[in-house]
Amino acid sequence: MNLEKVVFGFFIILALTLNFGFFIGEFDNPAHHNVYELFAVIVVNLIATVLKFGDRTQMGALLLAASLVADLQLLAAAVVWAYAQHVSGTGLDSMVMGSIVSLAGGAMLANIVSVVLLIIETVNLRR
Amino acid sequence: MDKVIFLFLRRMRAPLLVLIAAYTIAVLGLVLIPGVDDEGQPWHMGFFHAFYVVSYTATTIGFGEVPHAFTDAQRMWTIVSIYLSVIAWLYAIGKILTLLQEPAFKRAVVEQGFARSIRRLHEPFYIVCGYGDTGSLLVRALARRDIRAVVIDRNPERIDDLELEDMDMYVPGLCADASVSAYLTLAGLLNRHCRGVVALTDDDEANLKIAITSKLLRRELPVICRAETRDVQNNMASFGTDHIINPFDTFGDRLGLALHSPGTHLLYEWLTSVPNMPLSEPLYPPHGKWVLCGYGRFGKAVHESLAGEGVETVIIEADPQRTGCADRCVIGRGTEAITLQAAGIEDAVGIVAGTDNDANNLSIVMTAAELNPKLFMVARQNRHDNDAIFKAARLNLVMHRSEIIAEDILAQLTTPLLPLFLQQARGQSNDWANEVISRISAVTGDVVPEVWTLTLDAREAPALLHTLVTQDVRLGEVMRDPREREQLLPCIPLLLQRGSDVRLMPAEDVVLRSGDRLLFCGRNGVADHMGRVMYNGNVLRYVLSGEERPDGWVWRALKARD
Repeated sequence: MNLEKVVFGFFIILALTLNFGFFIGEFDNPAHHNVYELFAVIVVNLIATVLKFGDRTQMGALLLAASLVADLQLLAAAVVWAYAQHVSGTGLDSMVMGSIVSLAGGAMLANIVSVVLLIIETVNLRR
Repeated sequence: MDKVIFLFLRRMRAPLLVLIAAYTIAVLGLVLIPGVDDEGQPWHMGFFHAFYVVSYTATTIGFGEVPHAFTDAQRMWTIVSIYLSVIAWLYAIGKILTLLQEPAFKRAVVEQGFARSIRRLHEPFYIVCGYGDTGSLLVRALARRDIRAVVIDRNPERIDDLELEDMDMYVPGLCADASVSAYLTLAGLLNRHCRGVVALTDDDEANLKIAITSKLLRRELPVICRAETRDVQNNMASFGTDHIINPFDTFGDRLGLALHSPGTHLLYEWLTSVPNMPLSEPLYPPHGKWVLCGYGRFGKAVHESLAGEGVETVIIEADPQRTGCADRCVIGRGTEAITLQAAGIEDAVGIVAGTDNDANNLSIVMTAAELNPKLFMVARQNRHDNDAIFKAARLNLVMHRSEIIAEDILAQLTTPLLPLFLQQARGQSNDWANEVISRISAVTGDVVPEVWTLTLDAREAPALLHTLVTQDVRLGEVMRDPREREQLLPCIPLLLQRGSDVRLMPAEDVVLRSGDRLLFCGRNGVADHMGRVMYNGNVLRYVLSGEERPDGWVWRALKARD
């Protein structure tokens, strides 16, 4: 067992599970989507991205790309949230919540890709 | 490209993780700690404001407490987050700076820049390994002829020299061991514009390795090598190295040539010098007893070629045991009058100062000149930067090793037929050479002529090939000025190669054939005129017949109707 691999897998899977936790719930109901959870998803995703830096394999490149996509989507969701609450003054209505959750849903897809790739790589190791 | 970015990303992993962690802790604390708004109501800071506050705090900008004044609990947490985030930033910036200073990273950046400049070369270039005296002379001469070169040298100082050198064009240089195949590839060995490899390092083994690498990776590429021992020379020849130069042999050989047939030597000088420089004067070394100082590898080569001419030589050598001339030499350095007198300098006709020390060589000839002012003085110049003092010493002949080798290689690279011509010229008499010289000087005046090769193929002479199908064209007929056909172009055909048949100084009534290769020398710019004659059908028609025909589809159609 390799501690580095444990940490790596931990963050990638945690990013997916947290993302799922934020995503699940009534789609446009602000009460079902916790801002702390979104914060946690963003932080864990950023950490997972940095962990993937510097891997020169094809698999590493794809993992990094998936993570960057997830980061982009999640940051967009956070910006939409902050804009709705502090700038536009509309507050978290169902439309804004809908777009935040759908952005997070897109990020979840990217995270699923990451986890699937991780599993494929592990299966290929055969040891 | 990839290497630098990946190295950067990998090294930045830890600092970035630290930064993310510090931000997360600071932001989370600010969000969780309850505050009080302006009206005294309990209030929680949102993530947006928390991130805002942490961002300006961490970067030490500090706008104050927004959107409401902080409570003491919030201030306490702010203290923690200031130290946390500022230290994290310092750590990250420190890491970046260290990374930029790191030799491995710097090297990766340099190699990447070098590889990029090679990729951007879209014209033929040569790889020159070794930028010593010879290498720098060669690269400079190539640049003056608008030929690109790429330099690899192991010595960082020489690469610095290259960068400081005021060259006519950009010459990319890499500080690396050229005998490592990866660096040769980096320098563009596999690039389709690469025209040849020149191995000039002062290490025979390295040169050998360069030659093998080049021949294995690019069979068809010409490789020119320098080799100091026969052993390595034979080894290089065994796997098809195109041209091998032994600096000592070449050098001794040229001196011998200067002594026994000054005309041929002058021909060498003229044809291999840089065009448009003033022509060197002919030399007439006297026959009689010669004194030779220094019996190293150079001295031996000189001695051999002098003995071959039947010239009597007296050797002066400081260390006869090591150089193997104990029984037949005067012991000493030659810089003192006594040794020179012992060697019989008074009744000698010439002296060759051939040690590997420039100061000693100059001292030898100056002492000798005092003892016998009528001496023909020849000195070996080892270092290029001693040019000025050797010029000031007013010697009859300065043998500058690097220059001779560089000119030899230059001839190989730029005019492939010239070495063949020179080799053939060696077989001719001195009178023949003198006649050629007088013909050349009649055409070019007192500057070094330009030498060029013309191949009658579809690329260089399409118009001529087209004409040759229907009519015979003689050599003299195409050597005419395309602007005024009564005028002969100021050039001389030196050699005609037709298959394995080689003709020196072809006559003007030779009928040209497709596939012929011709070597010309002539005044500067003539090659361009001749190129036009060979390339443009209308110009060729005018030159051959004096007929100026209208061109263009419409005119041709009109003409056809007449």
